Amino acid sequence: MSDSTANGPVLAADGTPLKRSLSRAMRRQKMRAFMLVAPLLIFVLLTFIYPIGVMLSRSVQNDIVPETLPETVRVLGAWDASSGELPAEAVYAAFTRDMSVAIAAKRHTRLGSRLNYEKTGFSSMFRQSGRKMKKLDPVADAPFKDKLIKIHKGWGDVETWKTLQTYSGLYTSGYFLNAVDARMTPEGMAWQPEDKQILLKLFGRTLVMSLIITGSCILLGYPIAWLLANVSPRNANLLLILVLLPFWTSLLVRTSAWKVMLQQNGVINEVLVWIGLVPDGDRMILINNEFGTIVAMTHILLPFMILPMYSVMQTIPPVYLRAAKSMGATNWTAFWRVYFPQSIPGIGAGSILVFILSIGYYITPEIVGGTKGVFISNRIAYHISSSLNWGLAAALGTILLIVVLALYWAYDRIVGIDNVKLG
Amino acid sequence: MTLTKLLTATTALTLVASVAAAEEMTIVSWGGAYTASQKGAYHDPYSEKTGVTIINDDSSAEAVAKLRAMSEAGNVTWDVVDVVAADAIRLCDEGLALEIDADTMLADAPDGTKASEDFGDLLVSDCFIPQIVYSTTFGYRTDLVGDTAPTTVCAVFDTEAYPGKRSLEKRPINNMEWALLCDGVAKDAVYDVLATEEGQQQALDKLATIKDDVIWWSAGADTPQLLADGEVVMGSTYNGRLFAAIEEQKQPIGMLWDAQVFDLDGWIIPAGLSDERKARALDYIMFATDTQRLADQAQFISYGPARKSSAPLVGKHKTLGIDMAPHMPTDPNNAKNTFLYNYEFWADYRDDIDAKFQAWLAK
Repeated sequence: MSDSTANGPVLAADGTPLKRSLSRAMRRQKMRAFMLVAPLLIFVLLTFIYPIGVMLSRSVQNDIVPETLPETVRVLGAWDASSGELPAEAVYAAFTRDMSVAIAAKRHTRLGSRLNYEKTGFSSMFRQSGRKMKKLDPVADAPFKDKLIKIHKGWGDVETWKTLQTYSGLYTSGYFLNAVDARMTPEGMAWQPEDKQILLKLFGRTLVMSLIITGSCILLGYPIAWLLANVSPRNANLLLILVLLPFWTSLLVRTSAWKVMLQQNGVINEVLVWIGLVPDGDRMILINNEFGTIVAMTHILLPFMILPMYSVMQTIPPVYLRAAKSMGATNWTAFWRVYFPQSIPGIGAGSILVFILSIGYYITPEIVGGTKGVFISNRIAYHISSSLNWGLAAALGTILLIVVLALYWAYDRIVGIDNVKLG
Repeated sequence: MTLTKLLTATTALTLVASVAAAEEMTIVSWGGAYTASQKGAYHDPYSEKTGVTIINDDSSAEAVAKLRAMSEAGNVTWDVVDVVAADAIRLCDEGLALEIDADTMLADAPDGTKASEDFGDLLVSDCFIPQIVYSTTFGYRTDLVGDTAPTTVCAVFDTEAYPGKRSLEKRPINNMEWALLCDGVAKDAVYDVLATEEGQQQALDKLATIKDDVIWWSAGADTPQLLADGEVVMGSTYNGRLFAAIEEQKQPIGMLWDAQVFDLDGWIIPAGLSDERKARALDYIMFATDTQRLADQAQFISYGPARKSSAPLVGKHKTLGIDMAPHMPTDPNNAKNTFLYNYEFWADYRDDIDAKFQAWLAK
């Protein structure tokens, strides 16, 4: 008997191999654990991941063109855009047929708005042509070429058809190109004219200013977190309430308060003039620029830096500092060589929080940023709510997401994500 | 047993609640003083007359984006939406708003004039029911402009005569027109010039002469606040905001009506409502945009009624007791030199010129 156990696999009480029995028991346990998190997981998938995915997929979708003008798109495919000549009558006939369907369904103006993002003038061209083309019979009134050009001279412009041909696919890279100050032309990619280039600049500014804001949060937050972790619990509670107080005030109120503080007739300038530090005629410009944005956002995001730092510092035993000093370290050496390295996980967690929050901020920069302090999110908000160019907004959002993930990856490589602690 | 009872009771309650909910409608507007004026002039009388409860939603600023999202989700929860005319045109183009036949769906004037004639040119879109005429114009600090108060809009570009900051809206619309006007372009030619690359550059160049002296605003309340704090000498905003600052808060501010830009605000009904809700929305619109009701709104806020027949009925301010007619942007004394927002032009050029304008601002 002892021989068989020595040679064969170890068996459980019911005779099945122990390994299989164990993994079955483990699987059941895993299933149970999974079932417990499943509601949350499904909730997150349905209400977070899925909508974001749908929104991001708009950055390449272009089905409105081939769906509204199916026949035109097919016939226009054979047209040689570089010939410099207008397409043949067949294209105009197909276009008239497509348009009569679209006008009946009131879809032509939507297409006009869509194409107006690519070439100014399409919006009114489709709207005006729609009104007049209603009267055209798609069969009896042929030929259409001259009639259409008479209805709107845009149909006699080669550029109109070039744009239609360029944007006739189900998917387009046009929005992504627009998002990096480029555009799609029949000849391929081209940069936007210089007087329209702004988005790359804004991406750069968003990143640089978010880094500055994160940096100033570290500088201001570290001493406060240290104080919180090292005073008596009673005082620490009081201080903690002061740190959390801003959370109970509306974001808009806090931002507007900075306006009152920083404007040229504001509190700070008045005080400086009164003391005599600044001449009355030459008051400092503290708001409606980068400085205003950095000050206001640092203030608003500071608690997100202090809290993780504080909870990490609380876990650092004070005996280490005392031990270092007893062995002859100066105050600075004890702090820098012993205390600081142990508090890095808190700085890391706080920095990631603050950086990611500030990269997507737009209300505060909009109010106090003036012209030099606005972020890329302000443009995203504009395209979502004002211009309705959701494709471009989605492309900008996707790029922002990729940049954040890339930075996160870089952080993981350099500092190590295991080195981040919230407490 | 108890569970069954509970379930029955809940179901019954839900049914009752949904019947009750049928007597409610959600009206979207701008909030603040503006919604209050609509409540006084339209909502309260309508509720009194019909028993319908009106729920106010202050989402007009994001109405276009939200309506599009609602329509894509197939669940439009709004019944009537207040938007500016440019947004109404956009919504109509996108197929998100109901087309309105003015003569059958809106009330005639008391003398029998058809609605389409009473509103006239202000019916700028097939989906839009105009409500008020407002204007974007300038206010100035009476104590900071010296002895000669400004009388023309070009004072904004004259930093020699009127030193100090001025506030302008952070968008090209209106600013480009004023810049061209003050750069010697004739009023009739402004949009032809602005349609060309050179014209757009000309306008930006003119604005560049005061760029360092401008604080750019994005909310209508900014300019009144900046004026009140003495941060700016003059600034553009909606005339109703300036009225409130001058007459209600007694600030030392004067109105500069020259080259005010007329714009329209009004109602749209979202497309895709159920027949019952659509009928109720149309009934409300019929009531709220008749001649008397439009004139009533001017008792609460200094915006001009969109019907010609309402103008003679404009009376005194409900609480201040002052005559409202001289504060209307449409008053002959104020409307000597005006500009009408060119909807067709901006629908085409808005995105293109906005990109240039923002790039210019960031320079």
